[in-house]
Amino acid sequence: MDNIAGTKSSLTWAVHISVAALVALWLFPTVGLFVSSFRTADQIATSGWWKALFPTEQSLTLRTADPDTQTLVDGVYVIEGNLFTGEDLSEDIDMSAWGTSSRDVGAYVPGDTAELRDGERITVQANGEYRLESPVEMEGSRGQRIFVTAELPPDFTLENYQQVLFSGNATDSMAKAFFNTLTVTIPATIIPIVVAAFAAYALAWMDFAGRALLIAIIVGLLVVPLQLALIPLLKLHLGIGIGKGYLGTWLAHTGFGLPLAIYLLRNYMVGLPRDIIENARVDGATEFQIFTKIILPLSFPALASFAIFQFLWTWNDLLVAKVFLIDATGQTTVMTNQIVELLGTRGGNWEILATAAFVSIAVPLLVFFAMQKYLVRGLLAGSVK
Amino acid sequence: MNPAIQGLLTIAIGVGGCLSYFYFSNQILDKVVFPARGPNAGKNINRANLVRPWLFLLPALLALGLYLAYPVVETIRLSLTERETLSDGTTVYNFVGFANYAQMSADPKFWEALVNNMFWLIIVPAMSTAFGLLAAQLTDRIRWGNIAKSLIFMPMAISFVGAAVIWKLVYDARPPGTEQIGVLNAVYVWFTGNDPQQWLTTPFWNSFLLMIVLIWIQTGFAMVILSAALRGIPEETIEAAIVDGANPFQIFFKIKMPQIAGTIVVVWTTITLVVLKVFDIVFAMTNGQWGTQVLANYMFNQLFVARDWGVGSASAMVIMLLVTPILYWNVRNARKEMR
Repeated sequence: MDNIAGTKSSLTWAVHISVAALVALWLFPTVGLFVSSFRTADQIATSGWWKALFPTEQSLTLRTADPDTQTLVDGVYVIEGNLFTGEDLSEDIDMSAWGTSSRDVGAYVPGDTAELRDGERITVQANGEYRLESPVEMEGSRGQRIFVTAELPPDFTLENYQQVLFSGNATDSMAKAFFNTLTVTIPATIIPIVVAAFAAYALAWMDFAGRALLIAIIVGLLVVPLQLALIPLLKLHLGIGIGKGYLGTWLAHTGFGLPLAIYLLRNYMVGLPRDIIENARVDGATEFQIFTKIILPLSFPALASFAIFQFLWTWNDLLVAKVFLIDATGQTTVMTNQIVELLGTRGGNWEILATAAFVSIAVPLLVFFAMQKYLVRGLLAGSVK
Repeated sequence: MNPAIQGLLTIAIGVGGCLSYFYFSNQILDKVVFPARGPNAGKNINRANLVRPWLFLLPALLALGLYLAYPVVETIRLSLTERETLSDGTTVYNFVGFANYAQMSADPKFWEALVNNMFWLIIVPAMSTAFGLLAAQLTDRIRWGNIAKSLIFMPMAISFVGAAVIWKLVYDARPPGTEQIGVLNAVYVWFTGNDPQQWLTTPFWNSFLLMIVLIWIQTGFAMVILSAALRGIPEETIEAAIVDGANPFQIFFKIKMPQIAGTIVVVWTTITLVVLKVFDIVFAMTNGQWGTQVLANYMFNQLFVARDWGVGSASAMVIMLLVTPILYWNVRNARKEMR
């Protein structure tokens, strides 16, 4: 539209900036979670995630070497070394201040000498080197505590993922929930497609009394709230002995997904060229052959659209799983439920929460970016008509 | 049995069962019941073609009937009954008329949920559609618009629970004086100098903070649909307006908007449906405490916390009642289209 005379306004830069702002606003929360999942609990608790991307001033609590490393030099007991070694910190760190008491962590600048009890004196340099001197032999099993304020480079860790995926810790572990979610999702995506494809073909290309009424009913069922089905179906499942479990969940997802599946597929199949189907009929193909050999391959885009919808919906679902799947033993928990429980038990542990949440959204995001074309096509077919 | 194997087996049985049902039922129809040979060959083919659609439809109709149509009827019945466990362990459902509805309307939490739902119903579709329209209009005019679109659309793939965690971090509050790790409080403290707020536990406005989560998710949907509609507008109408000296705002509001009004209504009603069923966000972020209750979560509480199936069903019926106008409108449109 830019090439039409008159629309090429001088406001183009404003459009660029507005879109950039909008995108930033929309991405910001997700990026926050993503960055947080690579930070340690301490880092998350002491600074906002947006600061993690830049070097930040942090307070560290470090120790000098143990008193047994002291040497006697010219009648003075001395411990020398570098505060940063042994703490996995790089020696390039430039400290801005240090202190010996937690009440005043920035009491001295590098190069200063601090007086401690019993005549001990300590000098700390900017690069972490220190010299602790004492007129009498130093005692105790641990070194002197030193508080250091320094600019630290961004630091990320994979430990959270290790903890969430592989630790086997019962409350934190997402590994089992991940496979449970997968177990729910795959049959719950495939079965409705098969059932719906046949029904959609009948509704699109076969003539029979009551077809229009059936389509209207399916359009109506499209909007029936899931909430209505919970109690009656739970009662039914308990009554016929399925109880709570995978089978009931697959059936429920199949039932709830069918109206959209039939609606999407029928709308697509109606648009297929009539000639192909009629030629096949004239050539003596049975309806079953027409369906499997012609209609199904041609309907691939619509099938893919629905498959993505159903996959995202079942993967992200919490309600159906809570009602039909998860029993008192908690063996069949899914990821969404696991995260809600973590919110309760680990509400303040953002490193675990962020990582668990990211593990659960990673798969849908991959599917989303890989198959976006089909998702958009499905949305358009489902709503614009 | 390992659930993964059970899952694979179910796929095999489910898909294999469906396919063999369709195949063999068609075979039986053509070869056994109405064979296309003998004296009645022609008649038989016609009769087989009368039956065949129902063979194709049967599994779907069974599933739809059992999992969607029957629950509607059963919920109406349950909402008029009281569940009672007799001394011998059997459960009976006694007819109690509208007692469940009366009990529900005496519950202040129900009214809180209803009022909140009304706010949700007005604000979420309006804001999502407005932001979607803005994003669609802006991204259509620039070269990197498609990338921008897919990034704004992305929250669509994130679960409501995942979104709840994402936004809880945004709303997080730390004690005054310490560094804030939630963006909202960090910005708030930076600008006002006040103490950080516990946003999610502060009534009235906290409901709006929950709505933001859903708006964030639904804007992408609105944008995708509206962007397609905007591109479908005939260029001549816009060119004519430019020739007549219309400015960009006039073009947008007087030329484009009227032409995509139908699509806006569709987007609006679709988001309305999502809003009516919103459960996960409220459940995960506040569980309806601090004045944020909504109908779907109220119903879940009745069902699993209070274990009162009667009132639970009654609240489900309220949701159904709110959906009914959209249902009617959709069905009418679908019928109009088919004619």
